Amino acid sequence: MDHKHGSSMASNSSGSDRQRVAQQRLRIIAGHLQRPVDVDSTIRAAECKAQGTETHVEEKTVPKRRQEIMKWNGWGYSDTKFLFNKKGQAEFTGKRYKLSGMIIPALKEWMEGTFGTNMQHKSPATPILTSGAVQPPTLNEAFVEELTSTGIPFSLDAEDRVFRAHGHCLHEIFALREGKVGRVPDLVVWPNCHNDVVKIVELACKHGVCLIPYGGGTSVSSGLECPPEETRSIVSLDTSQMNRILWIDEKNLTAHMEAGIVGQDLERLLNESGYCTGHEPDSMEFSSLGGWVATRASGMKKNIYGNIEDLVVHVRMVTPQGVIEKSCQGPRMSIGPDIHHFILGSEGTLGVVTEVTMKIRPVPEYQKYGSVVFPSFEQGVACLREVAKQRCAPASIRLMDNEQFKFGHALKPQVSSMFTSFLDGLKTFYITKFKGFEPNSLCVATLLFEGGREKVLQHEKQVYDIAAKFGGLAAGEDNGQRGYMLTFVIAYLRDLGMDYYVIGESFETSVPWDRVLDICRNVKARITRECKDKGVQFAPLSSCRVTQTYDAGACVYFYFAFNYRGLSDPVHVYDEVEHAAREEILANGGSLSHHHGVGKLRKEWMREAVSNVGMGMLKSVKDYVDPNNIFGNRNLL
Amino acid sequence: MTNTCRDSGRAGPDNEEEFVDILKEKRCSSDLCHALRDFTPGPYKGGPTCTAADLPKAVLESQYFRYVVEEIATETGSSLEEVREEACVILEEMSQNLQLGFIRLLAYVLTKVLKRLFTGVHVNMEGLDALRKAVGEGPVILLPNHRSYVDFLVISYILFTYDIPLPVIAAGLPLAGMKMFGEIFRRSGAFYIRRAIGSDKLYWAVLSEYVRTIVKKGYAPLEFYVEGLRSRTLKSLIPKLGMMHMVLEPYFKGEVYDIKLVPISISYDRVLEESLLAHELLGVPKPKESTAGLLKASKVLQNNYGSMHVNFGRPMSVRQLCRGKINRCQYNLAPRDLPQKPSADTQACVSSLAHLMVRIQEEGSLISPWSLMACLLLQAPTAVLTEQGLPWHRLTEKTLWLRKLALDFGARLNWPGQVPDPDVMSSAVALHHSIVRREAGRVYLVQEEERETERPINPEEDVIKTAVAVLMMAAYRNQSLHIFVRPALLATAIHVAKTAQRDELFAFFCFLRDVFSNEFVFIPGKSSQDFEEACVLLRKCGAVRISGQEVTVSDAGLEVLSFLQALLQPFIDSYQVMFRYLCEDGVHVFAEKQLLPAVRNLATKLILSGELHTYEALSSDTQKNVVSALRRLEALTKLKASEQNEYRVNKAAVRRIDDMFCGKIPPRMLQTTPDAKL
Repeated sequence: MDHKHGSSMASNSSGSDRQRVAQQRLRIIAGHLQRPVDVDSTIRAAECKAQGTETHVEEKTVPKRRQEIMKWNGWGYSDTKFLFNKKGQAEFTGKRYKLSGMIIPALKEWMEGTFGTNMQHKSPATPILTSGAVQPPTLNEAFVEELTSTGIPFSLDAEDRVFRAHGHCLHEIFALREGKVGRVPDLVVWPNCHNDVVKIVELACKHGVCLIPYGGGTSVSSGLECPPEETRSIVSLDTSQMNRILWIDEKNLTAHMEAGIVGQDLERLLNESGYCTGHEPDSMEFSSLGGWVATRASGMKKNIYGNIEDLVVHVRMVTPQGVIEKSCQGPRMSIGPDIHHFILGSEGTLGVVTEVTMKIRPVPEYQKYGSVVFPSFEQGVACLREVAKQRCAPASIRLMDNEQFKFGHALKPQVSSMFTSFLDGLKTFYITKFKGFEPNSLCVATLLFEGGREKVLQHEKQVYDIAAKFGGLAAGEDNGQRGYMLTFVIAYLRDLGMDYYVIGESFETSVPWDRVLDICRNVKARITRECKDKGVQFAPLSSCRVTQTYDAGACVYFYFAFNYRGLSDPVHVYDEVEHAAREEILANGGSLSHHHGVGKLRKEWMREAVSNVGMGMLKSVKDYVDPNNIFGNRNLL
Repeated sequence: MTNTCRDSGRAGPDNEEEFVDILKEKRCSSDLCHALRDFTPGPYKGGPTCTAADLPKAVLESQYFRYVVEEIATETGSSLEEVREEACVILEEMSQNLQLGFIRLLAYVLTKVLKRLFTGVHVNMEGLDALRKAVGEGPVILLPNHRSYVDFLVISYILFTYDIPLPVIAAGLPLAGMKMFGEIFRRSGAFYIRRAIGSDKLYWAVLSEYVRTIVKKGYAPLEFYVEGLRSRTLKSLIPKLGMMHMVLEPYFKGEVYDIKLVPISISYDRVLEESLLAHELLGVPKPKESTAGLLKASKVLQNNYGSMHVNFGRPMSVRQLCRGKINRCQYNLAPRDLPQKPSADTQACVSSLAHLMVRIQEEGSLISPWSLMACLLLQAPTAVLTEQGLPWHRLTEKTLWLRKLALDFGARLNWPGQVPDPDVMSSAVALHHSIVRREAGRVYLVQEEERETERPINPEEDVIKTAVAVLMMAAYRNQSLHIFVRPALLATAIHVAKTAQRDELFAFFCFLRDVFSNEFVFIPGKSSQDFEEACVLLRKCGAVRISGQEVTVSDAGLEVLSFLQALLQPFIDSYQVMFRYLCEDGVHVFAEKQLLPAVRNLATKLILSGELHTYEALSSDTQKNVVSALRRLEALTKLKASEQNEYRVNKAAVRRIDDMFCGKIPPRMLQTTPDAKL
């Protein structure tokens, strides 16, 4: 084992530049954090202690009692949220993000204009969970007894259990805000290492207990929902305490981690050693490595680093049949179907991913944001397609449609000086008046370049040259950077919306290039139409963006939100519209999911998506690996 | 009418008040001013569109087109360049070149012509408003019926008048050949399609890509005749599917969010070409469309043709119409640009939509008093009409009775309310002086003036002469057939099958519907709905009582039932003449060319001998429909090797159909499954 965290790694970085960059990144990411105090970090299984002697437990983000730093009924940290202050201005609280503590003057007007919201009409959440709302745990006495004897920490506390009964689907959060709680796990257990997991799974099999693995809790596929029909005792297996980097192999550029580590910790710790994985899903503050593997996650910078399946070198998973893993770390193998692909995307139905070896890269020397404004979405898509064709996509390239462009504008913080505001005015004038861009059709692409300084600048020129061919105008680094920063704060915005009768969500797909425009238009139109048909009073926000490019297609994200005043069952309306939108996606050649996964939310389309035989294959694997359905979250199949 | 169309959307308003005579104000204002009016249609919000010049370019640059060119080059051994050049020629021949200036010219001329011909051109404003809205939102297809050359540019004229974007119109290529006018029409938005495309792959490719591009780009509303051509009989025609398929494909493939179909019903009190059509049906060939012909037709300008009604149906969403009928995922696994054979569900969906459009056109059309009178006149023996005449009072009484029945059946009548009924009927007869004349309280059939009166008329010529008048009258009857046809099938079933059992009647109804499905427009797969409609209507007018499985005729119902049955009788008789000819000894294989004159001879003989009572058996239209029906029922098979459409007859099958017609085979022996093949 190689425990080389901290400053010892710095000596490996090639020069001060890298170190500077690493530290800058460290500041950015660490800036989001508040170091939580782990209340009962002392409880730990003996072997695990021996293994994890000098890990910096106190640096980790996620305590066992998550509710101490995170909202129990909304997104993210408790200290961070959008609100309208006494002056009626929108404000982002806390200190974690760049936007924290700032006034966002245009947000109110945007909300009123887009959703017809009114500051007088509030729909606040139930402030605290009443203990009566939670059913007392159904316990399997024998299991609990044996679990206690292993010394692995666990809890029967209602708050702990409720926290692990949901992901972040709209219906889940909406119910919590109303103080409604359905079936929740009966017990939460925190294994500290692989061997703890082996023990827990053995006990679960022995006593007939249902296990639901829980990583970061950021699922948006109803993947964490406890099946209401489950009669066995449900145990939530929270991997958050298995969060160590076990070794870094600098010769092969791989790192071996416990699967419970969350994205921001992983990057921060690797950065300290001068490395990164480059895997940055939008949820990376909270989502865990094991969760990425189990759902086939995709990171924003996949163009350089690859998606999770490209990054994983070795996986260890504990199943009811035992532990599955490969015998070596060869970079590619021809040994029959890749067993990693039974694990990747298994969504907790086969076992618990406990340890993963991943590729790592030196922290890039140079990073540069950028943005391009296009006169129309059509031209923007054509540009992205060309960039993909020439295989010169930057680390990240995202194209927002006009609605999102406006939304992004509404989230601009109050400008500090007259000069900035003057400049902004000038820019707007230049683009709309001088260049003749129609404010209601222009759209913007945000870019992120990474690598050696020279190469980045060269690359940047290549991309801007292509953009120019499609009528694109460079629109500055700030716009680009703000675009990516918003990725992290946008999730908080839904909670604000829900305070004012607005509900919404995003969903994604992947689609061949020639269908990108068609699917965007049709799905957006379908959403608008369905809302109208279902009695939504105010036209919804129906917007999309292209977030990833591939050789043969792209990933498209849809955002959909509406004002639900006057609807008796808004969540039902929401579900119906999302369902219709998914049907439209499928009818337009889009996939069931690009990276959110299937969970229980999209199960009904699985058979159609993979054919009867495909379904049979997956079932037979499940039947062999987990004949008694110990991993009974009922996702996927 | 309560029927299948209603739930999916019905055309226009229900009463005549909402129609506006667009000629009214033009009668007292300058035609030139109208032609030069400001034309400011609203913007298109369906996405970026293109100019007329971009269209051919978009076609030639399309991936689909490139595939086909390569394919053809490989097959024929010619170079890509040659094939592409050939395509350019086709495209040039086809392309429209819509220019506002020509629409203005047209507006000027049409105002003059329409004012001369018609007492009024009535348009439903509500339909126009709905159309205006739809045109701004996405691709719109205008689907008028086609009963006269006059209506070719009438839609464009109306849209010009009301600031709605002008359509491009699919027209038959012969029209392009007319001196001067061909080009004028082209510049008024016509694009030309060859009549017989057959298996010309390149032509199909160019045409379909051209049409799809117009739809995809939302270039302009696209207008075409879903019936394919002008109906010679004024009866709706079975829709053609090729164009419909091209138009719908962009929706199936997700290239547009939706397409709106706008069925348009144009109804005439009197059709300009009435006599020409009757001659054509009797085998006098139609003159080629020529400028000289059109100018000669200026003679017709001296005549009065009553009024014209243009009823714009409610725009119907293809997305909604196709719900559950088509799986759009079928296009996921191959490039959408690749030429693909349409799947069975696609074909069925296109066919069902096309039929539905014709049905809505029928429902939207206005029935004139004269059409009702024609129904009744044709039920009198022809000899009575030509010689003794029909007492006027009996005709008027019966017409009023029929008016009530038609209203019961949900017809839209064009019966002026503010004029006394007798005057309405008198003026209808006066308008149709070319067919009937009223003398001394009796109504007579008008026969063509003989040029050489001294020459003794041979009996065959006499038959033709009478037939011209009868067929003209039949055409006007046909305008209202769609109202009566379903109950008429049931009335015939009750009469022939002689049963009160609902399921047996249904079986016989289906048999008749099946045999006649080239004659009348039925939506495929909707036989039980049609039967249901027939039952409801007959019960509503008190003709039958329905209790459980029994359908019994009421005493009061006899008049209705015998009227309906008599309405259908000419068709049954005509079909039987054809069956009789086909079953004659000796004939086994015949060419279509020989068949028509031979059947006409037989029919003439039978008429002269008094064995056949209807002159309609002489109509080539009916004969062609029988051939199509028998081919569909597999009693006739086309010989593959034959160049000149030769058929082989299965006499046993024909005889069986004939026997069923006569009620010789009990209905329980018929298959009861809907739309069953015999």
